[in-house]
Amino acid sequence: MERTRTPVVQGWFTEADAEGGFRLLGTRCSACTAVFFPREDAHCRNPHCPGGGELAEVPLSPRGRVWSYTDGRYRPPAPYVSDPAVPWDPYTLVAVELEAEGMVVLGQGAPGVTVADLAVGMEVEVVGGVLHEDATTTWLTWQFKPVGGVA
Amino acid sequence: MSGDRAGGAEVRGEVAVLGAGMHPWGKWGRGFVEYGRAAARAALADAGLEWTDVDSVVGADTVRSGYPGYVAGATFARALGWQGARVTSVYAACASGAQAIGAARAQILAGLADVVLVVGADAAPKGFFAPAGGERPDDPDWLRFRILGAVNPAYFALYARRRMALYGDSGEDFAQVKVKNAAAGALNPNARYRKAVTAEEVAASAVVADPLRLLDICATSDGGAALVLSSMEFARARGAADPVRIRAVSTVTPTYPRTVLDLPDIATDSAVAVAPAAGSFRSSIARAAYEEAGLGPGDLSLAEVYDLSTALELDWYEDIGLCGEGEAVKLLREGATALGGRVPVNPSGGLSSFGEAVPAQAIAQVCELTWQLRGTAGARQVPGARAGITANQGLFGHGSAVVAVR
Ligand SMILES: [Zn+2]
Repeated sequence: MERTRTPVVQGWFTEADAEGGFRLLGTRCSACTAVFFPREDAHCRNPHCPGGGELAEVPLSPRGRVWSYTDGRYRPPAPYVSDPAVPWDPYTLVAVELEAEGMVVLGQGAPGVTVADLAVGMEVEVVGGVLHEDATTTWLTWQFKPVGGVA
Repeated sequence: MSGDRAGGAEVRGEVAVLGAGMHPWGKWGRGFVEYGRAAARAALADAGLEWTDVDSVVGADTVRSGYPGYVAGATFARALGWQGARVTSVYAACASGAQAIGAARAQILAGLADVVLVVGADAAPKGFFAPAGGERPDDPDWLRFRILGAVNPAYFALYARRRMALYGDSGEDFAQVKVKNAAAGALNPNARYRKAVTAEEVAASAVVADPLRLLDICATSDGGAALVLSSMEFARARGAADPVRIRAVSTVTPTYPRTVLDLPDIATDSAVAVAPAAGSFRSSIARAAYEEAGLGPGDLSLAEVYDLSTALELDWYEDIGLCGEGEAVKLLREGATALGGRVPVNPSGGLSSFGEAVPAQAIAQVCELTWQLRGTAGARQVPGARAGITANQGLFGHGSAVVAVR
């Protein structure tokens, strides 16, 4: 049976924006221009917002610079999904500064990206990836990888 | 602040610390109520008061022991024996204990109570703190585990790596924080870890979240801490002419936009609509405490800060104003923050020696200030201590700082 490809959270990213690329999706307040990721659809959280605006979906910058990074050498607890029968394979976490949005977004590194491949300030891009698979579903997420690939 | 008494004359808005007590930190395998009750009895004995003298009890909640933990004030009151006291329970993640102190102080200053007992206790799980169960995609704490597997040490590691990149700090520098705190903790009978640690032992411990190793990261512990607070009038009437006084309790929120990635968030606020305030959230917590207390970092004899990791202790040096940004390692390497130094930080041994017992920890910090300011801290005594600050930060925009003087 073919697995269904399902985003781990609905509405946080698109696999193909207008230009065909993977993009994180946030929302922007039309009254004060504040951007929110994860998307804020109910209310603007800027205390200085004049109010009366709408929160419209907006794709975030596809590239940013590494703010910091680390890895997870031990299996995290649920609800993170991992097979206890399989030896733990550390994953990389990258915090990425998006200049246009003035924010830092956290994500896992793409497969093969280790802390040795990263440096604070390095340019990275967001890509689609697989968080995990079960019998019926391939769970999709966002990941970061250095622009131009891993050295 | 000038003169030989940093505490100075009594200031409006002060409350007296009449008693401090703790149940030792460890992994005892019993329930949080037992630890809290033991700490409360110890604090009452220290104050020379009976439980029936208490007008109000404030409990700092734990979210890891079911319903009794959510109503900690009543749970402790019942364990001590219902006696009709006003009861309050508060939860504020790692700042729960400080908010409990803040609530107690407010009741005293409002004239609602003369004597308030503040209690926090926890029975912690082994290993990483995990989110509450169930499928909860609207809870950022659930999401960060589900999507990223981002355990608490991952965030501490991001901050540590950032220090290395910005200021040139090294793993060897971080290890020196552990060495310092372990040396102090070895002198503290309430600490869980009471053994000296060498830099080599830190370096030989396993990497948990690069660049942090097991001995860079604080454990989770069982423990309980309690304070008996009173009005200054009550303290004087009891013959306590010169008690330790709490002069400030800061429990401020961050200001939008918060631009440092924080637990349990997956992203920061955006700075496009509003320029961020100068300084970090952590520094704003301390600044509010200093302003309320009418003193500054130069007046401190000691500080108890939330060293969830070794590197985070260095962040706090800068955030509470002991040194400028990026200068923490220099201060550490000079020995200024060790016992015997100019301004010892975590003379209790810190979370490094205690492990975190969430709702008890911020209360335990004030217990240490109390004993230090009284001059009864034994082998870890900071000579002539007159003013101290505690600082902590927790999930969901919580943080606290308490200033105590004598
Ligand atoms: Zn707005």
